[in-house]
Amino acid sequence: MRRLDKLLFGAGLALAAAGAATSAGAAEIVIGLQCDRTGPTQTVGTFLCPGYHDYVSLVNSKGGVEGNMIKPLEIDHEYKVPAGVEAYALHKKEGAVLISLYGTPHTQALTQKLTEDKIPGTSPGFGTAAAANGENFPYIFPIAASYWSQASAGVEYVRTQLGGDLKGKKIAYIYYDNPAGREPLPVLHKLRDRLGFELKEFAVPPPGIEMSAQVLDITRRFRADFVLSHLFGRAPSVSMKEFKRAGYPLEQVLGFVWAGGEADIAAAGGFDRVEGYSAMQFAGVGSDYPVLDEIRAMYKADGKDPPEAMASTVYYNRGVFVAAIHLKAIENAIKAKGSADITGEDVKNGFEQISGFTLGGLVPPMEITGFDHEGGGWVRIFQVKDAKFVPVTDWFQGYRDAVVELLKEDASRQ
Amino acid sequence: MFHRESGYYKTTYKGDMAFYPLPVGRWSVALIGILFLVVVPLFLDPYYLSILCLISIAIVGALGLNILLGYTGQISIGHAAFMSVGAYTAANLITKLDWPFWLAVPSGGIMAAAVGVLVGIPSLRIKGLYLAIATLAAQFIIEWVINHTPAISGGVQASIEVPRPTFFGEKLDTEVELYYFLMAFAAVAIVATMNLVRSRIGRAFIAIRDQDIAAEIIGINVFRYKLYAFAISSFYAGVAGVLYTYYLSIANYEQFLIVVSIDYLAMVIIGGLGSVLGSVFGAVFVTLFPTVIRIFMDAFGSFFFDPVIQAQVTAQFRLILFGALIMFFLVVEPEGLNRLWLNIRNYFRVWPFSY
Repeated sequence: MRRLDKLLFGAGLALAAAGAATSAGAAEIVIGLQCDRTGPTQTVGTFLCPGYHDYVSLVNSKGGVEGNMIKPLEIDHEYKVPAGVEAYALHKKEGAVLISLYGTPHTQALTQKLTEDKIPGTSPGFGTAAAANGENFPYIFPIAASYWSQASAGVEYVRTQLGGDLKGKKIAYIYYDNPAGREPLPVLHKLRDRLGFELKEFAVPPPGIEMSAQVLDITRRFRADFVLSHLFGRAPSVSMKEFKRAGYPLEQVLGFVWAGGEADIAAAGGFDRVEGYSAMQFAGVGSDYPVLDEIRAMYKADGKDPPEAMASTVYYNRGVFVAAIHLKAIENAIKAKGSADITGEDVKNGFEQISGFTLGGLVPPMEITGFDHEGGGWVRIFQVKDAKFVPVTDWFQGYRDAVVELLKEDASRQ
Repeated sequence: MFHRESGYYKTTYKGDMAFYPLPVGRWSVALIGILFLVVVPLFLDPYYLSILCLISIAIVGALGLNILLGYTGQISIGHAAFMSVGAYTAANLITKLDWPFWLAVPSGGIMAAAVGVLVGIPSLRIKGLYLAIATLAAQFIIEWVINHTPAISGGVQASIEVPRPTFFGEKLDTEVELYYFLMAFAAVAIVATMNLVRSRIGRAFIAIRDQDIAAEIIGINVFRYKLYAFAISSFYAGVAGVLYTYYLSIANYEQFLIVVSIDYLAMVIIGGLGSVLGSVFGAVFVTLFPTVIRIFMDAFGSFFFDPVIQAQVTAQFRLILFGALIMFFLVVEPEGLNRLWLNIRNYFRVWPFSY
């Protein structure tokens, strides 16, 4: 039992040292960054978070935001809600002026706390669509197209692909059977009534790796003219394979924003196997953006190779996108305040002044206002052509009025 | 070491049945009570209080599972589903009928207990792995029902926002107030479990766990007591679910997925099956572990890794270490942290005269 004494003593020493080391910190602007590199959505987090860090390092290496260094404090929450809540408490303690949320349940669990503490949180591509209404959710910023906006943009894209008129056309909506998967339904129903197309919904039960029956139904019985596919995780790659096997032209399948990463394509057998598949994006895809060149140059100046994560441009670029919007909001806040001593409230106002900030095409021409916290719900469609993602549209919004109508309906319900 | 255990005579039944027959035991409990009631909330940063809040909730849930798994020997992989039953029941009562917390918390527990009894019925016929699968099925059925019944889930999002609890008109919205609120429930749960396991019901549970045929022969109604165990265990789970709902001010089924059930299983197994203190240790360990690893890696990780990949390494390292530690505990101390604690205590009891 002597060993036990030593063990306990050693453990105590290590903890004390760890405590001492973390308490040191300089006056920097702190951003709380929640990540999932190990949980069920790790295929996103392992690329998105490096993108975020790289953009912040790039800005810091150029002198920071208005001369102030930015310090993102990353915490991996493994997509567990309690861990996310604890991460938020730590970020708050460290004086974060802005929280980069990750995960729909986390966003919902923290919405009230963020509002009470007056710290803005961003939820690009997840969270509730209704949170785009800044009057109801003053401290939640989706900053990217919500599922409602994605659905309406998807319908608009289908309209252009099917010759401009949807009357009598058949659209299949295949979705992951969870709240996020069902969220676009109100928009789709609204647009169905307005445009007169035939809509049929096909639910894929979690974990979404078995959908041959649904795909057969879509291709053989319903004979859809176009398929909108709102799937997550492993499901998108399975859907690509199934549609391919059923002989359905992949040109007529459009994935929503979580159904078109490089990893999904690779899991479906590689780019040459899914020629024609298109996916919606809220940040630019590909490596031909000036900001990415600068990041590569930054690594080169350090004598290092650019990180492997950069090759997965869909999610890496989203990390850059999120970081860029964050730093722009902080820049606006500092400019408005005239000093770096900013609060969460200042950053919130900073967000609401973002407009016309495109970062060389990586960021859509969004305009965030006091009402519209998703900045207009812009998306761009990228299609697999010649074994790579090629943009087939410019940034566009679809039926914005329908989305705004729903936002107002939701607001009046509360 | 500091006290003698001899020389205390009990002259009443009450004295004989006391939790802590020795003064040193009573004093330590009083000291721990003062520590957590006065010192901790006064001096700790809200961040640490938030961790303690999460631990308090986990303690309630882990105690419930330990009653079922550790004391009665019936496995359940649907613990998180019972938590969600409690959470949604309370959330609906709070938002639709404006019920205060002292009604919402027990009703969430009772609803969960009712569902738990239903799920527990097969336990008379099936045991062990088969029961595990039956409760696993319950987890998925409950998840599905909540997800597809707007009357329960409150709409497409399957999440119901809940206002903060109010206590005599005072809204409990700061971290300190929530800490007291949750800690009170954890304390009640601990005391209730300690009493339960030495009552008639608790002894029946233990008899069933050790040998159910023998238990039946000595006159224990096995069916009834197994259902009691499911009901009580689910009641705790339901209460934990309601506490979650209050703490996060939202009920959302994604907080109660199968992984959470597994986490609770890990808590009671790491902490020690069939021990109240073990449940507490397990809840503390599983909740605190990611944080400790992160602090450790933030402090020392930069010596070993490039900052660019450190974040990635930290996240993965935690999972590897967590798995390794579970194996370590199971091999070195199968009876869990509770046994480890008893070993330390027994060692110091006679220290420095070990023999």
